[in-house]
Amino acid sequence: MDKPFAITLDPGSSLANLTGSWRTLRPEYVDRLPPCNAACPAGENIQGWLFHAESGNYEKAWRSLVENNPMPAIMGRVCYHPCEGACNREQVDSAVGINSVERFLGDEANKHGWQFAPAAPPTGRRVLVVGSGPAGLSAAYHLTRMGHQAVIYEAGPLAGGMLRFGIPKYRLPREVLDAEIKRLTDFGVEIQLQTKVTNVLEAMKDGFDAVFLGVGAHIAKRAYIPAGDACKVLDAVAVLRDMEGESAPLLGRKVVVYGGGNTALDVARTAKRLGAEEAIIVYRRTREKMPAHHFEVEEALQEGISIKWLTTIKEAGMSEDGGDIMVEKMALDDKGFPQPTGEFERIEANSVVLALGQDADLSLLDNVPGLVVNKGMIEIDAGMMTGHPGVFAGGDMAGNERTVTVAVGHGKLAARAIDSWLRGETWVPPPRHELATFERMNPWYYSDAPKTMRPVLDIIRRQSTFDEVLGGLDETNALFEARRCMSCGNCFECDNCYGVCPDNAVIKLGPGKRFKFNLDYCKGCGICATECPCGAIKMVPEGN
Amino acid sequence: MSFQPVKFYQTGTFTVGNRLLPPEERSVQSSDKRFNSINSGHRACQGCGEALGARYAIDAAMEATNGQVIAANATGCLEVFSTPYPETSWQIPWIHSLFGNTAAVATGIAAALKVKGQTQTRVVAQGGDGGTTDIGFGCLSGMFERNDDVLYICYDNGGYMNTGVQRSSATPSAARTSTTPAVGSAPGNVFGQGKFLPAIALAHDIPYVATATVADLRDLEAKVRRAMEIRGARYIHILVPCPLGWGTAAHDTIRMARLAKETGTFPVFEAEYGEIKSVLAIRHPLPVEDYLKPQKRYAHLFGKQPKVDVIAHLQAQADRNIKRYGLLEQGTR
Repeated sequence: MDKPFAITLDPGSSLANLTGSWRTLRPEYVDRLPPCNAACPAGENIQGWLFHAESGNYEKAWRSLVENNPMPAIMGRVCYHPCEGACNREQVDSAVGINSVERFLGDEANKHGWQFAPAAPPTGRRVLVVGSGPAGLSAAYHLTRMGHQAVIYEAGPLAGGMLRFGIPKYRLPREVLDAEIKRLTDFGVEIQLQTKVTNVLEAMKDGFDAVFLGVGAHIAKRAYIPAGDACKVLDAVAVLRDMEGESAPLLGRKVVVYGGGNTALDVARTAKRLGAEEAIIVYRRTREKMPAHHFEVEEALQEGISIKWLTTIKEAGMSEDGGDIMVEKMALDDKGFPQPTGEFERIEANSVVLALGQDADLSLLDNVPGLVVNKGMIEIDAGMMTGHPGVFAGGDMAGNERTVTVAVGHGKLAARAIDSWLRGETWVPPPRHELATFERMNPWYYSDAPKTMRPVLDIIRRQSTFDEVLGGLDETNALFEARRCMSCGNCFECDNCYGVCPDNAVIKLGPGKRFKFNLDYCKGCGICATECPCGAIKMVPEGN
Repeated sequence: MSFQPVKFYQTGTFTVGNRLLPPEERSVQSSDKRFNSINSGHRACQGCGEALGARYAIDAAMEATNGQVIAANATGCLEVFSTPYPETSWQIPWIHSLFGNTAAVATGIAAALKVKGQTQTRVVAQGGDGGTTDIGFGCLSGMFERNDDVLYICYDNGGYMNTGVQRSSATPSAARTSTTPAVGSAPGNVFGQGKFLPAIALAHDIPYVATATVADLRDLEAKVRRAMEIRGARYIHILVPCPLGWGTAAHDTIRMARLAKETGTFPVFEAEYGEIKSVLAIRHPLPVEDYLKPQKRYAHLFGKQPKVDVIAHLQAQADRNIKRYGLLEQGTR
């Protein structure tokens, strides 16, 4: 080839120079487990549904959510949101309001009448679910999705279990509960009301291949309190259950509630709404030791509930009409246990409500061989199966942590295990990704955006009506809240790796398809990994 | 502020892209159709800030002019690593000048284009801090003074890095280079010498002067876009960390630029006709130690007996920048 004067080589592109050979560390895209997902007792893919909510596609977000939990409108009200406690955003400004976005999605679904995606083709297998509380509903839903026929036997007159007979209306309006249960029955979950199972093996003879027990814990624990004949001592479970009946329970002007759990607060707040002038909680330990959730204590105090810490009830029914109680002051000893001080006080009261915890009624299991009951709770394996093959259990009757969310998680887990068991397999939980810790992220990139507060009902209406205390978010602030999600540990296509590579060695694959590295040119500098906001790139040593 | 920042879209405009922004509001660098003016296969070190800064700036200029850019390039790292004869990484019309005359070569190209009536084609001159603040300073000042229609971009990495990290007039005080070793009673580069060229450019009252870093892409792109809207002499000074010369980890290049800006060590501003129009405010104020410590060129300040007086001196320089440019107040003035 004839070349111009002084030119000896053909012009060429630097693409001939494969700089990838310089590399000692190789970047790799990874998916890590976001802390919210890791903390969710119901096993929700929170980050997954927030991703769709961020772009304003609420229906897709809801569909993603109900893959794991069929009751977002309920959860968005009653869940104690451990996800928010684990949220990495807490270390930037404040946790993402996951619970409020969940409620918004649930309410949107109810407003627009979204229905579940069709279930898998029928398998011809039938599963009995005992109890229509959160655990039973969740199990029945997941079994139905998998193509099994799930039939719920419910002893009560209405479905919902503790959702209806334990949680006050001001926290969970009944039309929300009814809407989500109706969606489940429309989906194919069969609920037979007023059908009490007294012998589980007998009930299975109705043509069932397996059974899931979710009967809950409805029997109130008692404490011995000397009391006069006329004394009005009630239990919390009964009070809350009667709230769903024709006539509200008569508690009087001055109500004392004994106990320190969420149920005690529910009863005290209910009493106040029923017109009690005074609702006093008596608890034998300190506020720090109280098992009730902090925000519920806070809300109760705002509503004028008074709480007597370090106090026990010694005697009830002191006055002639059966009211008034004698309490004793306690003090914590070195080990943190309350000890009596001998200091007494008389408190005016028209009724005393005991909220000292609940036990499960396990009489339906009396004749089941292989079953182990320990401290009033049924023993189950990792796949939620009891000692008797084919009999699975979950919810309050099978766990120490008794919340709606845990029950929903139990139901899902049990459904998966039952599905495996029906196919003659053993369910093995899928392996979990490495946790997406805050240290692995680059928080510089997240906009400064504090949490949106939900509107709270004014105090007067909270003391006199059963209107919902906590309001919901509207579309704009729900979107804002969803967009506060930092997508910890999973690529959200911010293009940072693609932009910051000095060697153009990141290939953009298009929306939803993420990126890939061009290892022919990647020199392994690691800027992409350092500047990835969410920590979804890992540098690994090159082999030889 | 040279561009409208977007807040609350998860990462707003802090990241290169953002799937929640409408496509027209996204950065040039986030597009899969960006020019890649400087292509893969160049021989810059791992984590080179200059290679990155050059692609950011020239891609933005290409986008703003519909691909009508001619670049003149001074000798220096950028020329050496991109174009070892007969190969080149440049995908634009590009000419290598002498070390010191890039501004003059660009002036000539602009004049020729004017004569030919091709005024839609724009001229960019670019070089490192050595070729700009030292060797090419006379040509550059002449270009400013004549108000020639050229955008001059200086990629400042604070020294002559490809020849072995020698000191330039842009090397910061106290920094160790091979010609300012960390020995004697006043180790590292001397205080009170050198120059901050953006301020000299300002003194020429030219139509546009701006500073930028590789840590704030949206700001950098907006400044290049603004510069291409203006005719006459324009100057953009981009801080580009050098892992080799600064003694920093290859993966920390952007982080170092961010720290330079957040500590006030490097002021990021924009000016027209000698008047400062806006600054990129410090988001989370930090002490200069945070910027100095990761750099081996300042290691002699942090031994068993930290040189607190020198660090205090550097902090005073940063504080003066913060005060002089108003770096704690966001916005246009």
